[in-house]
Amino acid sequence: MASVTQLQRQFIEYTTSLYNEGYLDDQFTQLQKLQDESNPDFVVEVVSLFFEDSEKLLNNLATALQQKTVDYKQVDSHVHQFKGSSSSIGAQRVTNMCVHFRNFCEEKNLEGCLQQAKHEYILVRNKLEALFRLEQQILQAGGSIPMME
Amino acid sequence: MDSSSTTVGMKEEEEKPHVLVVDDSLIDRKIMEKLFTNSACKVTTAESGQKALELLGQGEDKHTHMNKGPKINLVVTDYCMPGMTGYDLLRKVKESSDIKEIPVIVVSSENVPTRIEKCLEEGAQEFILKPLKQSDVKKLRCHMQFRRSIKGRLCIGA
Repeated sequence: MASVTQLQRQFIEYTTSLYNEGYLDDQFTQLQKLQDESNPDFVVEVVSLFFEDSEKLLNNLATALQQKTVDYKQVDSHVHQFKGSSSSIGAQRVTNMCVHFRNFCEEKNLEGCLQQAKHEYILVRNKLEALFRLEQQILQAGGSIPMME
Repeated sequence: MDSSSTTVGMKEEEEKPHVLVVDDSLIDRKIMEKLFTNSACKVTTAESGQKALELLGQGEDKHTHMNKGPKINLVVTDYCMPGMTGYDLLRKVKESSDIKEIPVIVVSSENVPTRIEKCLEEGAQEFILKPLKQSDVKKLRCHMQFRRSIKGRLCIGA
């Protein structure tokens, strides 16, 4: 059973790596700063909304791309939404993927883009879930979550 | 949505500036709501321009009801929304004799100069790029028409 200090160190290292590798950007820090006693689960709530939203959007995109005649306006609209929500929570690589996707929308090379977008989303989802699990472990061990500056 | 109440506990709530946040994204509504409540504002959210107009007392029943609902001090609207865009909403607010005085801030994830110009020309107080930060919101407090015993604008330092 890891000590609180060890868990906190793990947390700091993990979080730092997420920023360094571009999975998260400053917007995620902004969200963490918004969390307080009146809203102790704010970040988890917003991120959960993002997960739900993303899964719906990815399904919609897959459906749109499977149509005999693809409605590119519709595809672009879904990607725009995905870009918006990922940017709002600081999921930088997903946002960048969406920008890339929209460029390809014009060149109509979309199936590959969808797979990449899905891949990036799953990566960040796994990382965030691991981060939240670490937070829970720290809290359960009686420690407090270190503030990242 | 809060109905206006005059019980003692509510008085403190009523004295805070009241912001109407309009955005079709639930995530963005949630984040903006927190940004503004953290800046001691009261917040109402709307998922569309249509809904926003209703909350501003400009809905279909505007002529039959004298009570226009809660006093809004600031409207913050996303630009890209299906149906009525933020720009359309801005125009409707500025064209209405009742509510044209309410400052409107337009937010957008896209930095398009012609879009920004268009909104400012139509009377938007400001155009801010998403995602909003706490510092953006702190600066906005100066724009809020704050009707209290102090007349005029109330600027609180950042």
